[in-house]
Amino acid sequence: MKILVCISHVPDTTSKINFVEGDTLFDKNGVQFVINPNDEFGLTRAVWFQQKQQAEVTVITVGDASCEPTLRKCLAIGANRAFRVDLQPSDGFEVAQQLSAHCKEENYDLIIAGRESIDYNGAMVPGMLSALLGYNFVTNCMALEIAGGTAKASREIDGGIETVSCELPLVIGAQKGLVEEKDLIIPNMRGIMQARQKSLSVLTPVESDAKSSISKYEKPAPKGEVKLVEPDQIDQLIDLLHYEAKVI
Amino acid sequence: MGILIYTESENGKFKKSAYELASYGRAIADQLGVELIAVSFNHEDATQLGSYGVDQVIQINDPSLESFTAQQYASNLATIAQTKEIKLIVLSSSANAKYIAPLLAVSLSAGYASNVVGLPESLEPLTVKRSCFTNKAFNTCTLDNKVNIIGLSNNSYGSFENPKEVNFSQASAVIAETTIKVEQVEKSSGEVSIADADIVVSGGRGLKGPEHWHLIENLATTLGAATACSKPVSDMGWRPHSEHVGQTGKPVASNLYIAIGVSGAIQHLAGINSSKVKVVINNDPEAPFFKAADYGVIGDAFEVVPELIEKLKAFKSS
Ligand SMILES: Cc1cc2nc3c(=O)[nH]c(=O)nc-3n(C[C@H](O)[C@H](O)[C@H](O)COP(=O)(O)OP(=O)(O)OC[C@H]3O[C@@H](n4cnc5c(N)ncnc54)[C@H](O)[C@@H]3O)c2cc1C
Ligand SMILES: Nc1ncnc2c1ncn2[C@@H]1O[C@H](COP(=O)(O)O)[C@@H](O)[C@H]1O
Repeated sequence: MKILVCISHVPDTTSKINFVEGDTLFDKNGVQFVINPNDEFGLTRAVWFQQKQQAEVTVITVGDASCEPTLRKCLAIGANRAFRVDLQPSDGFEVAQQLSAHCKEENYDLIIAGRESIDYNGAMVPGMLSALLGYNFVTNCMALEIAGGTAKASREIDGGIETVSCELPLVIGAQKGLVEEKDLIIPNMRGIMQARQKSLSVLTPVESDAKSSISKYEKPAPKGEVKLVEPDQIDQLIDLLHYEAKVI
Repeated sequence: MGILIYTESENGKFKKSAYELASYGRAIADQLGVELIAVSFNHEDATQLGSYGVDQVIQINDPSLESFTAQQYASNLATIAQTKEIKLIVLSSSANAKYIAPLLAVSLSAGYASNVVGLPESLEPLTVKRSCFTNKAFNTCTLDNKVNIIGLSNNSYGSFENPKEVNFSQASAVIAETTIKVEQVEKSSGEVSIADADIVVSGGRGLKGPEHWHLIENLATTLGAATACSKPVSDMGWRPHSEHVGQTGKPVASNLYIAIGVSGAIQHLAGINSSKVKVVINNDPEAPFFKAADYGVIGDAFEVVPELIEKLKAFKSS
């Protein structure tokens, strides 16, 4: 089984979000970049398939050279090889087009992306990729088993869980639950040394066109001071929520 | 030429988001002077949509669409969008709508912006504001395509009554090829889901253990609210994973979010930031949540919450 994991290189969850150049660009200054958490769940499951079902795991990112340490980390976690498509993408559709061109050459059985990235929050790349390839698609995927070319997956829906089965090739949008938190792999020295020997190839982008463009960023308006209510004056809280905030 | 909305229902009732989409679509349709068309699947009585400004309802009632599959629903929406020469489609931010949108975008060669908050800043070209960096920021995004899709953030616009004479029609289902089979759907019955709730009551590690969750549950029942929790609480198995909210859990965009014994870590706040009013109950005045909340009580949850439940019951019955 050939598995591709699509990796988005994102600011660490604790990062302070700031913008520069007249609020047109994210300020990378002092920001630590990590594997998008949903992609990390997906990669961990892929490595499980590699160990238990002899799958070969490839990781790919569409981005500039600054993404390479993130790909090396994926190799240290256990991926067999890595690709970087040398393009700074403008939107999710452009990413999907680049990934689709690569997938058409490689014929992966399973493509794992994150349900959504924590920077752009598009929730669009995996679905668009599946549609461009004509593959099945299951998003919000929180459990995945594969046997004899058939996948069984659970996905989180609003207020419940749905179980589906389908044939490969398949694209999933991975999320929390796909693996246990404790199974996330922290690369050890051996993994890091091995990763240096593994192949990380740079691909020339194919022609692609974005369907959206970002003109500016802004931060939420600063919040006013919290209104405190004394613990023995709870009636006051109810009044505030009813008359002032009008939410109860 | 019109605007198309996909109105979702559950157990024979339209979801709150259906009326929000109708109101939002109405406002844009008025600006453009075009028709607002709603599509509903397997929903018998769609008259209510007219009260929120829909001009035309296209109903697709077919047993083959009984269980939701994104490919099937997307193909049906795409077919209608093509026949009606739709230029703008608006979907909600439900799990199902987010599943459909990227598939629909590719099949119509449309642009797609998710998490859109508020009406477009411009319609020609379409320019919208959307949240990004998990609610820590917004970006303004232009979609200059023949067809565009907006995914509207739930609860970001609101719903407004605006009665219209509705025109109903039936369309037959298009059956798309798919090998995806829905085997089972487990719904946690009777409870309000976090995605649809007006009020969410959330508990953190400050509650000390699962045996104290009756406090959260009683408060939620009193308010008709959904229950949620912080990440460590679900990691430790005190509560199901489906209740975990935050950057790596579910987003919350309710009218009221009450956090009890939750410190307010940046990853927690990121996921609940788009809730309109936030209340914190915490015994540590230094807890970061006090910087993010609108109202706060510095006190012991084990004393404050029972008191709050009592007082709320009295308030509700008065
Ligand atoms: C990559 C990453 C992603 C993460 N994603 C998320 C996420 O999506 N969601 C999330 O929630 N967290 C997330 N976290 C974890 C986050 O950093 C915090 O650790 C977590 O939110 C803390 O949970 P808590 O507030 O329940 O517990 P604590 O931080 O332990 O806070 C407990 C609070 O309860 C208060 N308290 C104690 N006793 C009482 C009492 N008797 N009455 C009232 N108050 C009391 C304390 O003062 C304290 O403020 C993430 C972390 C990482 C590294
Ligand atoms: N630049 C990229 N390169 C590779 N994969 C990506 C990239 N951007 C997004 N993805 C994948 O698509 C998922 C969803 O991203 P998004 O559509 O931006 O929310 C991510 O979790 C990744 O798996």
